[in-house]
Amino acid sequence: MPIRLPRAGTAQIAAFLAILAINWMVSPQFFDIRLQDGRLFGSIIDVFNRGAPVALLAIGMVLVIATRGIDLSVGAVMAIAGAIAASLADSQPVWVCLAAALAAGAVCGLWNGLLVAIFGIQPIVATLILMVAGRGIAQLITEGRIVTFASPDLAALGGGALLGVPMPVVLTAIALIVTLALVRGTALGLMIEATGANARASRLAGIDTTAMTVAVYVWCGICAALAGVVAAADIRGADANNAGLWLELDAILAVVIGGTSLFGGRFSIPLAVVGALIIQAMNTGILLSGYRPELNLVVKAMVVLAVLLIQSPRLADIRAYLSPRRARS
Amino acid sequence: MDTPRADAPPLLDIRGLTKSFAAQRALDGVDLTLRAGEIHALLGENGAGKSTLIKAATGIIARDAGTIRLDGREIDPKSGAEAVATGIATVYQEVNLLPNLSVAENLYLGRQPTRFGLVRSAEMRRNARALLAGFGLDIDVAAPLADYSVAIQHICAIARSVDLSARVLILDEPTASLDVHEVEILFRVMRELKSRGIGIVFVTHFLDQVYAICDRITVLRNGRLVGERPVAGLPKLELVRMMLGRELAEVETRRPERDAVAADTSMPLARFDAFGRSRYVEPFELVLRRGTVVGLAGLLGSGRTETARLVFGAEAADCGTATVDGTTVRIGSPRDAVRHGFGFCPEERKTEGIVAELTVRENIVLALQARRGWTRPLPRREQDEITARFIRLLDIRPADPDRPIGLLSGATSRRCCLPAGWRPIRAC
Ligand SMILES: Nc1ncnc2c1ncn2[C@@H]1O[C@H](COP(=O)(O)OP(=O)(O)O)[C@@H](O)[C@H]1O
Ligand SMILES: [Mg+2]
Repeated sequence: MPIRLPRAGTAQIAAFLAILAINWMVSPQFFDIRLQDGRLFGSIIDVFNRGAPVALLAIGMVLVIATRGIDLSVGAVMAIAGAIAASLADSQPVWVCLAAALAAGAVCGLWNGLLVAIFGIQPIVATLILMVAGRGIAQLITEGRIVTFASPDLAALGGGALLGVPMPVVLTAIALIVTLALVRGTALGLMIEATGANARASRLAGIDTTAMTVAVYVWCGICAALAGVVAAADIRGADANNAGLWLELDAILAVVIGGTSLFGGRFSIPLAVVGALIIQAMNTGILLSGYRPELNLVVKAMVVLAVLLIQSPRLADIRAYLSPRRARS
Repeated sequence: MDTPRADAPPLLDIRGLTKSFAAQRALDGVDLTLRAGEIHALLGENGAGKSTLIKAATGIIARDAGTIRLDGREIDPKSGAEAVATGIATVYQEVNLLPNLSVAENLYLGRQPTRFGLVRSAEMRRNARALLAGFGLDIDVAAPLADYSVAIQHICAIARSVDLSARVLILDEPTASLDVHEVEILFRVMRELKSRGIGIVFVTHFLDQVYAICDRITVLRNGRLVGERPVAGLPKLELVRMMLGRELAEVETRRPERDAVAADTSMPLARFDAFGRSRYVEPFELVLRRGTVVGLAGLLGSGRTETARLVFGAEAADCGTATVDGTTVRIGSPRDAVRHGFGFCPEERKTEGIVAELTVRENIVLALQARRGWTRPLPRREQDEITARFIRLLDIRPADPDRPIGLLSGATSRRCCLPAGWRPIRAC
């Protein structure tokens, strides 16, 4: 029985702050911020800006994982969405690009959701199909080239700023708020948690578990598409082979660091975003420290291990066992 | 208690067992004495601490204080496995076996006969058949355990435990979900074990079962020991008084007057005509009237559960019509049924009745919320009101709406499934 930590999120927020503090020790300019051309710059801003795509993925992924599923295709969906947005960028207004990319993401999510909820295919296998095929689809859209674009409007979604805040961060914040409103402002959150924790009991309580499952995959697809647009806008082009490569794993990691169990049930969207920021703060820190980026993978693994150990119910048992309250007669 | 002491030292002797959960004292210096070849009933209301006593004595949970002696020798099991190794086997209300493995595999899990590291399936099946034959059971041991009724699963769990050289067998409410016939099978097994000199601790809520099979009783109330008595010559009223801590007469008068609702012969609330599903249940008729209770009787495997599941849409019917309040309706899923005001309390509580991870409150409002749809969340104040009402009505203890329901005692969470299935629907 997973017992939640006394204050959910304490561990994650403490870890994030600790990593920021370490970064600051490694690089004293870490917290320096300057304003240039109406946009904030600095290492700490970079953590949020660079962390935006994974944070967007995590916002969708956390819902899927809460239903006891997983979505391995989000990286490929990023590539598809980026390819669509980049291909349309110089002929269509930016809102058409964005809408087309998000619609493609929704269709991808629908495909995953139907495979899982209607055909009963295990999520890891069902989404593996699109993970593999998705890059092929993206390459068909880009005709095998790296599609670059000149549209300043679309590029602004990656490099622009609103009141000094970089657009990727603004878009992530909007996605977070909309998702939170949708999930916690309605009964969806409870129904998703119930579906993930015990689908059979939830169905007997009258919850449409099929619709819940399809909906979370669709939403995950939309979030991934938004991440794909941001990534493409950032580099002013779409690279079907490399856009979002391996990011599905970072997104899953972010969700797990955020305390949501892969066994489904209780979830926290804000903590999944914190998880994404933790991952990015580590990446940035290692870049700043001048160590070889390969080290990043090892450090990442150790931090993940630490967070998981802190959350482990077994560890709580062991602590209770060692504590002197266990009086013997 | 001045029960006469037997000459031999008791088989199992528990003294001063104490266990607290956070601020709540679930067990307070409880004693229990079990002799060889005895069936000893452990009684008490729901939440009295029976399951906690069993878990603390067998090392499933750490005890705060108390000693446990087996054959006069002090033991201190740190886990269920250690308890089994010392000779104490426990079978819980919810059978802890693996439903998708075969009966034989379940019986020999972790100790399969092997040759060169390979499991010798034929020998395992032969042993399993012989083991179950000793309990008067002749079933296909290669079939998955889930194919069999709860009773047979229980007997498999008992057979497995006893085969692990048990001297003491603890049965925590094994009969809660069995019918009369199934209970008889279980009792036969218990008598057989008793004659082999095994001591059995038996938790039940059915007093007639106490008189049918038990030698002595120990009664708990609110985590305290009320007393130990021999069953022979113990008046039923006295037993009830021990369990409830007040006279039965008081209990009777405290019960609300039963509404004398005459079964009205006008329009039925719901009726099912030629309702059925091929290869599941043959078409049946069922008429439900206002203010009446309809019992579904039948032998094991006669289709009672299946009928109930069909009526609730847990399985979709493929023939017949359902009529609710005079209009023909489609009941193809539990969602449809809930929309028409049906509720369902399933046979298997843990897997179908409750969402263990969610709180008592969330479980209670779940069905109501499902009926309202996701766009109209039940305001928190209303949730609290409904939950408080049902905690009072169903006497759910501890009365903490924010406790994960999986932490409640088995019978208590079964009661939570009632409103989860049904009552709050009327409230909307
Ligand atoms: N793991 C647990 N954590 C907190 N409280 C518990 C736990 N297990 C049991 N309790 C509480 O201890 C009391 C006794 O429960 P239990 O032994 O299961 O009763 P029963 O006599 O019905 O088997 C109940 O109030 C129950 O809620
Ligand atoms: Mg119990």
